[in-house]
Amino acid sequence: MRKVAIIGVGCSKFGVRNDVNVAELAFEAFKPSVEDAGITPKDIEFVAVGSTGAGAWYEELLPAVVSAEYCGLTGAGLVRCEAACASGSAAFATAYWAVASGQVEIAAALGVEKMREIDTPTMMEWIGRAGYYLWEFHNFGLTFPAYYALYATAHMARFGTTEEDLALVAVKNHKYASMNPIAHLQNRITVDDVLSSMVIAAPLKLFDCCPVSDGAASVILASEDKVKELKVDTPVWVAGIGYASGTANMSKRLDYVGLEASVAAAQKAYKMANVTPEQLDVAVVHDCFTIAEIMAYEDLGFCKKGEGAKLIREGQTEIGGKIPVNVDGGLKAKGHPIGTTGCSMIYELTKQLREEAVEKSRQVPMKNYIALAHNVGGTGHYCYVTILRR
Amino acid sequence: MIKLAAMPSIKSREVKIVQDIPINRTLPFWEALKQGKILATRCKKCGKLYFPPAADCSNCLTSEMEWIELSNEATIETFTHVVVRPTTFQQEKPYTVAIGRLKEGVKVLAWLTGFKLSEVKVGMKAKLVAKLTPDGRPTYEFTRPE
Repeated sequence: MRKVAIIGVGCSKFGVRNDVNVAELAFEAFKPSVEDAGITPKDIEFVAVGSTGAGAWYEELLPAVVSAEYCGLTGAGLVRCEAACASGSAAFATAYWAVASGQVEIAAALGVEKMREIDTPTMMEWIGRAGYYLWEFHNFGLTFPAYYALYATAHMARFGTTEEDLALVAVKNHKYASMNPIAHLQNRITVDDVLSSMVIAAPLKLFDCCPVSDGAASVILASEDKVKELKVDTPVWVAGIGYASGTANMSKRLDYVGLEASVAAAQKAYKMANVTPEQLDVAVVHDCFTIAEIMAYEDLGFCKKGEGAKLIREGQTEIGGKIPVNVDGGLKAKGHPIGTTGCSMIYELTKQLREEAVEKSRQVPMKNYIALAHNVGGTGHYCYVTILRR
Repeated sequence: MIKLAAMPSIKSREVKIVQDIPINRTLPFWEALKQGKILATRCKKCGKLYFPPAADCSNCLTSEMEWIELSNEATIETFTHVVVRPTTFQQEKPYTVAIGRLKEGVKVLAWLTGFKLSEVKVGMKAKLVAKLTPDGRPTYEFTRPE
């Protein structure tokens, strides 16, 4: 396997994007990524698209082909990757493997999701069905907040994590989103705002949940030879990718205080990159719900199991702390267009590692120039962990 | 700023989707629910117990399974109370969903009824019962032990 670098990134504005269709939204992220890379669409030999709601929450069944045609990519090798909320990372990994294997010199990973063309209860229905429809939705009507609430209840019972601790995650992530002009929710909130928001699936409340967002993100990857040929100033190298999966049935998980897939994927990524959690300068983790960020701290080794709440209470995951987490606002406030998120994470980390265009107030000081992205699909059904190094 | 709604749009063509889900290979399970029993399957070769019931063993890849009736004694491992409900559950009142471990070792995810929400605790005992919903759908739920 040869070295692969990220040479261009782009990201659309996240939010309710009823002003554009799926292909137009993809274009909004794709165009700046090729300009950033200094290439044209015709230079891209293979494209992996991350998108989940094709035909369900938006009308196109084949978003990869409509996006590719609209972006001038027709002719390139093309595939759509589905790994639920980690589809963007699956697309990134697929593009990475295409280049790393020597098969192509330049590949693109394009995440695009349109979630706001249907009403909210129907959205709750579709996403609730994502798990094991037959055994856990058909008779029991689990929603996505409810699945993560099962984890929250167990974590609180086992480790004494409180609703206030969960609220601190939302407060932090809204704070950073307020400094991010492309974030969906840019309002700052307080712990009381979270605690007094309506119950969605106890103990999770409205402000414990990420918004339902539209958005697209695009990443261009190239081989080391191509990086030299194009004279790329600041290539960001893919140092490690780890991946794992979990059972479809929630009832078959060992326990409900962490995601086994996250632990396994992180171990693989750390090993491949030859990096320890202590060396990371910045991380983006999968905070679709506040409890998910607390569990991610533990599963990724930022602290011991059960000490995630302590880490947020001490402010260790803010800029200036031990390991700044989700300084783009995270899924919680930047937004979570499901199939886009993995590529959006790579976008943010690339900008952070280049220390170039991230708003100054949320630029993390770099020491080792190493960053980690953690992207979960479903409720730990899929997990991808990606480590980047400048 | 991007304005909410009020953007020009056209309606997609409407489709109604209802799938026929095969239960041929787990039919004894669905039939037993109507008799008030909850069945699991066990692999005759490796002995692994499956709930939800599986017609094939993912452990040794054989399809020689036997049907076992489960006990109804469960210990609740976690739970949630679902207030904001999906489209097809809009007619239901908010419901509590729990995961309980049976003494045979398998875990079950189901609704939990018969308790006040404030009474529900991780580690408490509950009884797993088979039932038919008012509209005739076979299901199972946790409820208060006698």
